[in-house]
Amino acid sequence: MADFFLGHYAYWFTIILLCIGLYGILFKKNLIKKTIGLAILQISVVMYFVSVASKWDATVPVLDPNIPVDQVANYLNPLPHTLMLTAIVVGVATLGVAFTLLIAVYNRYETLDEEELIDKIQ
Amino acid sequence: MIESHLPAYIALTFLLFSVLIPAFGIWRDELSQPLAVIGSGLAAGFSIYGFYSYLQLGSIRYFFGGWEPPIGIEFVYDGLSGFFALVINTVAFFVIIHSNKISKREFPGKEMPYYALAMLMMLGFNGMVLTGDLFNLYVFLEIASLAGYAIIAIGDRQAPYAAFRYLIIGTAGGTLYLLGVGFLYTVTGTLNIIDMSAMLPQFAGSTAVVAALILMIVGIGVKAALFPMHGWLPDSYTYASSSSTALIAPIGTKVAAYILFRIILWLFGVELTDAVVPFTYIVGVLACIGILYGSIMAIAQSEMKRMLAYSSVSQIGYIIMGLSLANPWGFAGALLHVLNHAIMKAALFMISGQIRFKEGHSSVNMFDDTYRKKYPWTMAAFTVTAISMVGLPPLAGFFSKWYLALGTIDNSNWLFLAVILISSLLNAVYFFRILEKVYMMNPDKGQKEAADAERDEFSGSMLWPTSILAFSLIVIGFANAIIVGVLLNIFPM
Repeated sequence: MADFFLGHYAYWFTIILLCIGLYGILFKKNLIKKTIGLAILQISVVMYFVSVASKWDATVPVLDPNIPVDQVANYLNPLPHTLMLTAIVVGVATLGVAFTLLIAVYNRYETLDEEELIDKIQ
Repeated sequence: MIESHLPAYIALTFLLFSVLIPAFGIWRDELSQPLAVIGSGLAAGFSIYGFYSYLQLGSIRYFFGGWEPPIGIEFVYDGLSGFFALVINTVAFFVIIHSNKISKREFPGKEMPYYALAMLMMLGFNGMVLTGDLFNLYVFLEIASLAGYAIIAIGDRQAPYAAFRYLIIGTAGGTLYLLGVGFLYTVTGTLNIIDMSAMLPQFAGSTAVVAALILMIVGIGVKAALFPMHGWLPDSYTYASSSSTALIAPIGTKVAAYILFRIILWLFGVELTDAVVPFTYIVGVLACIGILYGSIMAIAQSEMKRMLAYSSVSQIGYIIMGLSLANPWGFAGALLHVLNHAIMKAALFMISGQIRFKEGHSSVNMFDDTYRKKYPWTMAAFTVTAISMVGLPPLAGFFSKWYLALGTIDNSNWLFLAVILISSLLNAVYFFRILEKVYMMNPDKGQKEAADAERDEFSGSMLWPTSILAFSLIVIGFANAIIVGVLLNIFPM
């Protein structure tokens, strides 16, 4: 049982991050905090991909003359990392759009608190 | 020669024009709309030609840079992709022609960024439809979504907040989809859809695969506005400017429905999807609740755009219900409904935009019989489209519901059949309410006002796209046997 928890600690870490992110999105009233929750949610998925690709005692995926190329286990899998570079860029772009929208919201209503905002809209 | 490169041409046309529009727009702002029309027209031409060549020669797999999958990235132009690309590009072409005057009125001076974003969004939608790679699909999903958030934020005072809510829930959905892709990647070691679908049956019943399926359905369900995840849709569509709504409403949710088709019928296959829990049935029940909920909420609305937005929730339910039936009739009905609903929703949102343009409002309560005198052709187009939405023969809307009903009977699924019938009646309630106001005399006001109304029809750039879309419904209605014959061949089993 302890092995199940300790052996998968990287996954437990990402699950906790995922839950924090979802909590932020669902329950925080401040729109900036919601956006931060969204960023944490995205980062948790990035961390998942990165931890899936990591290996003990493996080297970077550049051909090393001392390590034969057919021993794949000696090299890290580069694909998830490169995918996550794209996902991080997507996340940054999303945050940029989110903050732009928040500036527009603030200029129109002068508040970023969700309840106040809904009062002012009606 | 051109056939083998077609999938790339369709997407790259939009990419090219999303760069050309800012480049020319800085010089002359009024060039951006004609450039957008040329871009979407070219893409529509490519997709019509592409679908024709698919019918002659079969599907095309286009490898980027000559790298064969699973190492490289590919675009797959098969029947489903070709059909969706054809529908979304043709509808977008008409909507962009139509938005000329409305964009000048509703956001003057911002046409250049609007059309550049519209092209980027169409690039994302076409990429999602054409790509054969799950991660690539995520990237295109985010391109389309980010451009879509910006386009929705152009509009009324409340639009940025509606767009922000859509951004939060939409990005969370996209992230869950990405997590699902991650699970599938760790199990199979590939991201190519064709490659993965060959490997997945070995892992039937694996918890990672089931979790991935749930995450993907939930994530894409947000984008498709499947019932419990539809909350972003009514506000976004209501407050966005008329031309933005007319562009996003017929296309956005359809493309998300395409991903559900691709995932459930192609990637997993019905047997694997239902291996542990009957997911197709659960999705179908959610779609049914969405159909009834959307119709009932649409009846309660007095603002026409909001009514149409709720009607979108209900109509996307039909498409997903057809998917959940997973038999040839249901599939053909769902795809026919994709075509019909894209045309009908585009025409209806364009008409609501036109009425806003001339009258300054689109509130159903303020419609009266002078409209019939003032805009005879627009109201004729509206009538045809509304009757098609309700589903009366011989218009197109009747036939997609007919094939869906055949599909439910094939599966002996009487609950779904009842939902189709009831919701048609509910559709009749909210569309005939408007037709009654427009075509019947209001006894309180008397006839004088209607007689005084001058004929004041819309200019050609608005009237022609609306009329062509509306009257094409009659053509599709009569040609339904041919279209369904083609669609039945696309069915994967």
